[in-house]
Amino acid sequence: MFDPNFEPRIVAFFCNWCTYTASDLAGTSRMTYAPNTRVIRLMCSGRLNPQFVLAAFRQGADGVLIGGCHPGDCHYQEGNYKTMRRVELLKRMVEQMGIEPQRLRLEWIAASEGDKVQRVTNEMVEQIKQLGPLNLDAIPQPEAGEQLEAVAAAEGVA
Amino acid sequence: MIFPDQEANRDVRIGVYICHCGSNIAGKVDVQDVAAFAQGLPNVVVSTTYKFMCSDPGQELIQNDIKEHQLTRVVVAACSPLMHETTFRKAAAAAGLNPFYVQIANIREHVSWVTATRDLATEKAKAMIAAAVERVALHTALERKQVDVHPDALVVGGGIAGIHAALTMANAGKKVYLVERDPSIGGHMAQLDKTFPTLDCSACILTPKMTDVKGHPNITLWAYSEVTAVEGFAGNFTVTVKRKPRYVNEDLCVGCDECIEGCVFKDGRVADEFNAGLSKRKPIYKPFPQATPSTVVIDPEACLMLSKGKCKQGCVEACERGALDFQQQTRYEQIDVGAIILATGYQTFDAGRMPEYGYGRLDNVLTSLEVERMVTSSGPTDGHIVCKDGTPPKSVGIVHCVGSRDKKHNAYCSKVCCMYSLKLAHLIKEHTGADVFNFYIDMRTPGKGYDEFYDRLLNEGVQFVRGRVAEVTDWAMTPEEEGKLVIRAEDTLIGTARRIPVDMVVLSVGLEPQADAEEVRRIFNIGCGKEGWFMERHPKLAPVSTFTDGVFVAGCCQGPKDIPDTVAQAGAAAAEALAMIDKGFVEIEPNTASVDADLCSGCKTCLPLCPFTAITRNEDQGVAQINEALCKGCGTCVAACPSGAIQQNLFTDEQIYQEIEGVLEYV
Repeated sequence: MFDPNFEPRIVAFFCNWCTYTASDLAGTSRMTYAPNTRVIRLMCSGRLNPQFVLAAFRQGADGVLIGGCHPGDCHYQEGNYKTMRRVELLKRMVEQMGIEPQRLRLEWIAASEGDKVQRVTNEMVEQIKQLGPLNLDAIPQPEAGEQLEAVAAAEGVA
Repeated sequence: MIFPDQEANRDVRIGVYICHCGSNIAGKVDVQDVAAFAQGLPNVVVSTTYKFMCSDPGQELIQNDIKEHQLTRVVVAACSPLMHETTFRKAAAAAGLNPFYVQIANIREHVSWVTATRDLATEKAKAMIAAAVERVALHTALERKQVDVHPDALVVGGGIAGIHAALTMANAGKKVYLVERDPSIGGHMAQLDKTFPTLDCSACILTPKMTDVKGHPNITLWAYSEVTAVEGFAGNFTVTVKRKPRYVNEDLCVGCDECIEGCVFKDGRVADEFNAGLSKRKPIYKPFPQATPSTVVIDPEACLMLSKGKCKQGCVEACERGALDFQQQTRYEQIDVGAIILATGYQTFDAGRMPEYGYGRLDNVLTSLEVERMVTSSGPTDGHIVCKDGTPPKSVGIVHCVGSRDKKHNAYCSKVCCMYSLKLAHLIKEHTGADVFNFYIDMRTPGKGYDEFYDRLLNEGVQFVRGRVAEVTDWAMTPEEEGKLVIRAEDTLIGTARRIPVDMVVLSVGLEPQADAEEVRRIFNIGCGKEGWFMERHPKLAPVSTFTDGVFVAGCCQGPKDIPDTVAQAGAAAAEALAMIDKGFVEIEPNTASVDADLCSGCKTCLPLCPFTAITRNEDQGVAQINEALCKGCGTCVAACPSGAIQQNLFTDEQIYQEIEGVLEYV
């Protein structure tokens, strides 16, 4: 089952003020880390519509990483608390869909924590490698793709 | 996923510009390969690379293409958008394109600088560019809103940084509020005797500036006050200031000190903070003779009247002006300001955290700040450096780097300790003629006249032992160590362990963030680094700005620094604040959210989510509406709307879906 050549694809949603800046800092400090993440910048992790995560899985992501400011540090006061609640709920939902909840990870990374971006990215890539590729077609009925669509249509996770 | 908007965007013509950034990007990313790839992406009309896209020729390249190829969108693959997004937006605008038709793909910080191999970096860069291309097609033309800036300013902290910043802005004609939490302004500099390397008297150069603050028509000085809340945004902050009761009417008190004489306690009762606890003060006191404002203050815990409710009130009797007021209450004042400068300073490292040095346990082990107070002529010992028994020490050891450059405590160098230790060595020698030993790891004396000062000390016969001190003990091993403090240290220059008996040990304590720096930064919505110092927006290019526009930092709250650097930084912060105020307006990024009334079901889910109360319900129409002026553009409500009725400019659902597709579909 374990394929050493498997390179997971991870979509990362980072908030502008903390984690995106930390990611820039990791770059400025030339901290090499796994190349598997693709960062999408949001102003706040609170902007993360849970459907973004489902869309990423549906379109072939093997994992989704969400980065926000530490509790109490949100540039918009409390957006990250909303994210925390949404992601916890979403983890349970994706599990019911047959997607391992470990494929979805939420981390608080402050603007000064470039090293944490490096560590978390490497850890997550390693973990997804252990899990193997996300194969929605292999998940038994009901059709996972359809179910994701249904959830997307229901839009009730906020 | 196909959205109606895409239909309307069939005429999208995208130009992709890939920056080499010298070898910063091109050294890791095969830019030619990436350019060829981008050329094949949907709607891409032109795709090219250039050595430095941010340079004038680079920008001209984009501008010429916009005209020549009738480009309607631009993707720049370069450094982080936090660096040059504004540059490229301006360049596009100058060529007649709406600046918000530009999208940046971060292929430097997020790709070339962090990826191990050329193949992997090239692949990642392609995915990031594909995402930008997909997303930019859905961008719409937007306009920046201009908001007027309130012309007043607030400075928090009345040390030399805050004083200098306040005076600079006040001299430029701005009305400045200076808020200081202690009863007097002056900060740590007021506690110092001499300043290195010139040895000019600290009070002599500081007190004229303190007087200027007090007398300046443009400065409102609120000492013994604290900021408790900040609302609003750059240009328009509403600040709540807590004004603690002094129990003395500031308007009536002339600072004659008769009340202090009149206090029923004939001697001091409470450790005097200003003298680093080396002397005692009365419950009614003035922190130091030049205190500004010169109003006295009553410590409610020590005062019999305020703590027990019963006292002969000798102070009231002594005051001819009737300034004492035991009924005074905490007051809260609200002020409107356009810019805020934080200059909240530092605290010194608590030497008790290193028990091996015996501070608090062994007599005559003192901190540098305590010795600083001793050596000051108005200090607790009238300027005499004395041991606990009142005799001057015959030998003194100065231990550098206490709490600094130590992984168990603070890994950083506190920057000022080498120089102030040299200064204290000079003053101790001058005052007592004692043998002085400096125990150092490395001497760090860069600065104008600093190394020359070190040289002078070498010639004054001060001894230098290179090595970290292991222990300070009173356990004598030889008759000559009897009754002395023994400093055990490694001398790395001669390669041996040494025991040096002395009469007094001075611990050169490092600088640390204020104990409540964390709470303070939350009030002002700015960040702290790992060590707890306030974080600047950019370490080199925006050293006094923060991630919150309109909030600036100066002095040691941002990191350890000496007085010249602090004053320079305070001037810089004042200049930045003045530039913002004098411009008269700030431009707000148009990333606000708005409600599509036709889609809104009026469920009110969004209402409690907004921390800025920008969302209200229009009761007539039964729908939510967003006040654009209050919206800060976080997008939390957008993510929560079950009807998809709220959208955020620059971050619409569709744009993000396209971005997701972009990073996954092509590579």
